[in-house]
Amino acid sequence: MEKFTTLKSTAIPLNIENVDTDQIIPARFLKATDKKGFGDNVFRDWRFNKDGSINSDFVLNKSEYSGSILVAGNNFGCGSSREHAAWAIVGYGFKVVVSSFFADIFKGNALNNGLLPVQVSEEFLSDLLQKIESNPKTVIEVNLQNQTISIQDSDLSEHFEIDAYKKTCMLNGYDDIDYLVNNKKQIEAFEAQKTY
Amino acid sequence: MSKKTLFDKVWDSHVVSTIENGPQVLYIDKHLIHEVTSPQAFNELEERGIPIFRPDQIVATADHNTPTLNQDQPVKDALSRQQLKQLSINCKKNNITLYELGHKYNGIVHVMAPELGITQPGITMVCGDSHTSTHGAFGAIAFGIGTSQVAQVFASQCLLLTKPKSLRVTVNGKLKNGVLPKDVILYIISKLGTNSGTGYFCEYAGNVFEEMSMEGRMTVCNMSIEMGARGGMIAPDETTFKYIKGRKFAPKGEEFEKKVAYWKSLPTDEGAVFDKEYHFDASDIEPMITYGTNPGMGIKISENIPVEENASFKKSLAYMNFEAGESLINKPINYVFIGSCTNSRIEDFRAAANYIKGKKKAQNVTAWLVPGSKQVEVQIIEEGLKDIFDNAGFQLRQPGCSACLAMNDDKIPQGEYCVSTSNRNFEGRQGQGSRTILASPLVAAATAVEGKIIDITKHLN
Ligand code: SF4
Repeated sequence: MEKFTTLKSTAIPLNIENVDTDQIIPARFLKATDKKGFGDNVFRDWRFNKDGSINSDFVLNKSEYSGSILVAGNNFGCGSSREHAAWAIVGYGFKVVVSSFFADIFKGNALNNGLLPVQVSEEFLSDLLQKIESNPKTVIEVNLQNQTISIQDSDLSEHFEIDAYKKTCMLNGYDDIDYLVNNKKQIEAFEAQKTY
Repeated sequence: MSKKTLFDKVWDSHVVSTIENGPQVLYIDKHLIHEVTSPQAFNELEERGIPIFRPDQIVATADHNTPTLNQDQPVKDALSRQQLKQLSINCKKNNITLYELGHKYNGIVHVMAPELGITQPGITMVCGDSHTSTHGAFGAIAFGIGTSQVAQVFASQCLLLTKPKSLRVTVNGKLKNGVLPKDVILYIISKLGTNSGTGYFCEYAGNVFEEMSMEGRMTVCNMSIEMGARGGMIAPDETTFKYIKGRKFAPKGEEFEKKVAYWKSLPTDEGAVFDKEYHFDASDIEPMITYGTNPGMGIKISENIPVEENASFKKSLAYMNFEAGESLINKPINYVFIGSCTNSRIEDFRAAANYIKGKKKAQNVTAWLVPGSKQVEVQIIEEGLKDIFDNAGFQLRQPGCSACLAMNDDKIPQGEYCVSTSNRNFEGRQGQGSRTILASPLVAAATAVEGKIIDITKHLN
């Protein structure tokens, strides 16, 4: 997993609530047996029209917006457990997703793939969306060590929460497998004396 | 001694260790896998040179990406065939039991495992699939995980997790005629919304669930994820023990009695405190349908769609081509799907057959019946339900996830409505541009017969 410390970037505003995993990556693209290539199909049915042409109304297709931060509406990533959703977002080039609420499984999947979910207040989210929409060049800074997200050239900034263990993992690029495999002895001891 | 919930008892007995200021290491008893979310986890382990730690605690099935016709023939779609083949290779290489396509125990992962007695009270169970919550119907802690976590369980039979908070939904009273378990859960989600359960594990309590069959309890727990909860649970009782007894992997003889004694100790202690509680009155529940693009957008079939001003609501109705404030009664419907891990057990087909018997499906309707497993398929035939379906013009297909997520050929065409017994009505869930209306097997059967949505409550009384 890649390390994450700080990120300064412009952002793409996806001002939609309840973005579910079927929108992030539709099921028909889940037939691959590796993790590559999902970025090409992220938000597939929003990015492309039914006839396969590009939907120029969709925010990812608007040339004024770019950057590696995705700012989305409330309850992002609900639905299925498919980690393909996180792979697709990472594959497209995002490193941070901001929302006022994340679905549990998506949040875990994101963290396991070096994608930082930043949960902010409703007010901050709406300020953020407004700033980006009125000036697509707005730069956002995310600092994991300090757990802050700020909008440059403004006094808008907010603290965000992250599990201390997960933070260490992200900062160092470790993942859970390393930890668990190193604790096998303890797991075997548990198996030997389990009470149920 | 402090009072504990069912969830606390099962969770606490599975904690291997706790990281200071961090998550706990939770031991996983049973790991279910399928073709779509496992290949990358197998690759990960292979790349890192880590062996599978406890292959005998893993059971695999092929379900998401399988055809529901001609299962005895090679799978036509090359990518699907490759994915299924990869699962077979991975299982063989790692000594994992696999019920592949055509096997007498093959089926949707959440239908086949309970049926085989793999799912038992008091255990922890995971699968790379969010509807793993289904198994909580037995009083197990069961939840869906991502593929990185599948790899973690492969490597260590454990997961690093922070203990969720606890939530209890109590429904007491008498259910009305024609109200099925599906209506109960659609009602709860319509009241609580799709993220009320996020961060929580939910226990369902009250006489409504106590009186429900195991099939019904599974339908309810299945959709816990639709209100954001990681899982749902129902206290194990005589109904649970009776269901498990005699199944293939159930404990036998004296061992079974010992287990039952333990299982009886699991229900929530009187006075145990939940972080959040909700109460509903059973008599307020009616047959339900959804009108929007998330499962929280549900109404009683006799009610009108609400009127709301927010943008997401409007976007959703525009996608569905419905008007705020209108009724769905008499809306013509061309597709009906009875299946998915929510409603593809024998009881669901009995409920449908009971209504369909002696009637014919409407001409305009394509009606697919997809059993949850090979065993359910056999039961449908043995109980004579297939004849009822055949005579009525319904098509009984072979088991799998099918049109629930439309990864195979079972897709609802662009723009068409489908009254479906599945669990998700997201945009395009059943095929690009398809419009899903969630309902119980009874409402689905009635829609197929009439070719339009009817007020089932009027027909029953
Ligand atoms: S039937 Fe649908 S919800 Fe259930 S496991 Fe299959 S795809 Fe998932």
